[in-house]
Formats: sequence, C-alpha cells, structure tokens
Amino acid sequence: MMTFLAEEGAQNPLIPDTAELVIGLLCFFIVFGLLGKKLLPNIQKTLAERHDAIEGGLERAEKAQAEANRTLEEYKAQLAEARHEAARITEQAREQGAVIIAEMREEGQRQRDAIVAAGHAQIEADRRQVTVTLRQEVGRIATDLAGKLVGESLEDSARQSRTIDRFLDSLDGSADAGAGNGAGAGAAR
Amino acid sequence: MSAHTLLAEAGCHIKQDCGFPAPGLHSFDFKPIFSIGSFDFTKPMLLAIICMLLVVGFFWAAFNKPKLVPGKLQLVGEIGYTFVARSIAREVIGKKGDKYVPFLTSIFFFVWFMNIMSIIPFAQFPPASRFAFPVALAALVYITYMYLTFKTHGFRGGVKNLVWISGLPKPLVPLIVLLEFIQNCITRPFTLAVRLWANMFAGHMLIVMFSVATWYLLTPTWLTAVSGGSFGLAIFMTAFEVLIQFLQAYIFTLLASIYIQGAIEEGH
Repeated sequence: MMTFLAEEGAQNPLIPDTAELVIGLLCFFIVFGLLGKKLLPNIQKTLAERHDAIEGGLERAEKAQAEANRTLEEYKAQLAEARHEAARITEQAREQGAVIIAEMREEGQRQRDAIVAAGHAQIEADRRQVTVTLRQEVGRIATDLAGKLVGESLEDSARQSRTIDRFLDSLDGSADAGAGNGAGAGAAR
Repeated sequence: MSAHTLLAEAGCHIKQDCGFPAPGLHSFDFKPIFSIGSFDFTKPMLLAIICMLLVVGFFWAAFNKPKLVPGKLQLVGEIGYTFVARSIAREVIGKKGDKYVPFLTSIFFFVWFMNIMSIIPFAQFPPASRFAFPVALAALVYITYMYLTFKTHGFRGGVKNLVWISGLPKPLVPLIVLLEFIQNCITRPFTLAVRLWANMFAGHMLIVMFSVATWYLLTPTWLTAVSGGSFGLAIFMTAFEVLIQFLQAYIFTLLASIYIQGAIEEGH
C-alpha cells in the first residue's frame, strides 16, 4: 500500500501519458459528438422557437398595428382626395356654368346684333327701293307733266299756271311722303 | 486513491520521527486501478470518463426534449449554453462564430467539470493536472486552428496568415516572420495546454499541501493551533480553486475562440 510511483522515479510531468491522451480525446469526442449533433441543435431550435414566440408575437403585433395605421392613412388620404375631387368638380361646374352663361349672353348679344343688322339691312333695302320707286315716280310724273304741258299747248296761260300748280302740289305730296319715310329711317338708325 | 490519501491514512504526525510527507510530483501519479497488459487504468482516466458522463448526462437531461417554457434543469443548461454562445463565440468571433458554438461549449463544460473534480470529495483530483488531458484538448484546438486557416485562405494565404504582418519595415521582416511563426505554430498550442495544466497542478498541490500539513500538525501540543491555521487555508484554497476552475475553463475556451477568429478573419 505504501509504494509510491514517485519512488520509482518521478516522470517529467510535461510528457503526456499516451493512454490518458487517448482517453481524454475519446471522452471529448463523445461529449462533442452528442452535444454537437443532437443536444445543442435541439436547444438552438427551441431558443429560436421561443424567440419567435415572444419577440415574433410582438413583431407580428407591431406589424399588424403598422398595417392598420397604414390602412387608416390610406383611407384618410382617399377621403381627403375624394373631398378635394368633389370640391374640384363643384368648382369646375361653377366655372362651366359661368362660361355657359357668358357664352349664352354673348350668343344673345350676337343674335340681337344680327337681328338689328338684319333690320337695318331691311330698312336700307326698303329705302333704296322707295328711292328707286320715287325716282321712277318723279320721272313718270315729270313725263306726265311734260306731256300734259305739251298736250294742252300754250292756249291758256291760266290753265298752264294751274297745271304747274297741280304738278307742284303733287310733287309736294310725293316729297312729303318721301321726307316722312326718310325721317323714320333716320330715327331707326 | 491518491498518494496523499495514503499518507494521511498512515497517520504520521510531527515529532513521530517520520518526516513531513510533502506533496510533490508523486502526488500526481497513481497506482493503476486495473491493468490490461501494459495499459494501466488510473484514477485520472476514471475521473475524465465520469466527467464525460456527467457533461453528456447533464445536457441530455436538460436538452433532450427541450420545452418552449423551460424547466429548471433546461434553464440552467440554457444559461450555460448562452454563456458560451453569447459571451464567448459572439463576442470574439461574431456572427460567423455560431457554427463553432458546439465545439466551444463541449470544451468549456468538459474542462470545467474536470476541474471541479478537484474539490469533489473522494474525487479530489483535477484530471487536467495530468498533462495529457490539456494536451489532447489543445491539440484539437490547434488542429481546428490550422484547418480553418488553410481552408479560409488557401495554402499561400494560410501561410501568410500564420507568419506575415503587413506594413513592416523591410529589415524587421525576417525577425517578425520567425517570431510570428514561433508564436502561432509552437507557443500558442503549448501555452494553451500548459496554462490549464499548471493552474490545476498548482491548485491541487496547494490544497494537498495544506491538508497534509493540517493532519501532520494535529497533535496534542500548541502546534494544533498551526494545524487549525493550515486547515483554514486549505478551506480558503478550496474556495479559491472554485473560482480558478471556472476561470481556467473560460480562458481555455476564450483562447480557442480567439484562435478560430484569427484563422477565419479576412487578412491581417
């Protein structure tokens, strides 16, 4: 019992014992094999799952919250846009109404002008016609008068003077009618 | 059973004409529990296997059927796992470190459990104080380091990554190349193994020292007071070792991840 290995001569402690080396390596490989192949992957998976269950839940909740916020924002934006659109359409309609009114006013003005212009043209045409007619009339009357003067000769100066008077009277009559006509046209203008 | 236990059983006390049975290298050599031919199965091997079973058993119980709402055991396992995944892999390597988390987690817990054996009653021995165990793990880290270096950068880029620092003045280049080569290819794996080994070795030595001294001085004389002091120190050292055990497992894993990071980073 009392024999010490030391007494047989202590070995250099820095020279590794081969058997111990082998046993040490074997033990480590068994530890490493079981831990590395099975046990640690197990726990890694579980830790990942737990992380997912805890922080993943939070992340999902945050994501849902963000989604809801974004949807709300979108709705608000759409609503604002719709309001804006409505206002724009109203404004447009108002503008269009104003334009239509202006156009109609202009059209009315134009038609009035056209009617007035047509009236003037009619009056002018009438006047010309009257003038032409009058001139023909005057010519005919003058011819009549001349015929009458020639026909009756100069037998009776009194008669002659009467004829001239009648002519002048008739002339006056036609002049009066023409003057009245002309004054009317002037007022219309 | 370790050598010092045998010493204690011998019941040697001061002034009994049997010198102080000081702990030494022999405290780390064990008689084989059984032998198969030239193969001796010793206590450190048994402890390493027990630690392997404990690590696997613990994580099996914690993570075999993981639940979304964890039970107590699963929660403890998750804390351990996230400690390595976040505080070591993510912190040092970044996002790319995720695929090395199983490797780093295995290292951390295997080393830590082995270290804890130092203060577990009846075990009371850290397997990592036998140089072979740190060497085995450091060798794996070293192989991983080399493999990732050449896989990431190709042969030329890998060699360059190991020995080259850009932007050096010309005369310094040969010296730095030599130093970088020595550092990356020789001292790194060596110090990685030695750091863990030496810490566990020294820690165990201190605890044994004060324990043996406590027993040795325990006599019906005034020396009992010294024995009490020694006992107090043994307890203090045990508590201190709890910290060291965790720290060394952490440092070993941290350095492993730093090497991996150095291997896969883009140029340097």
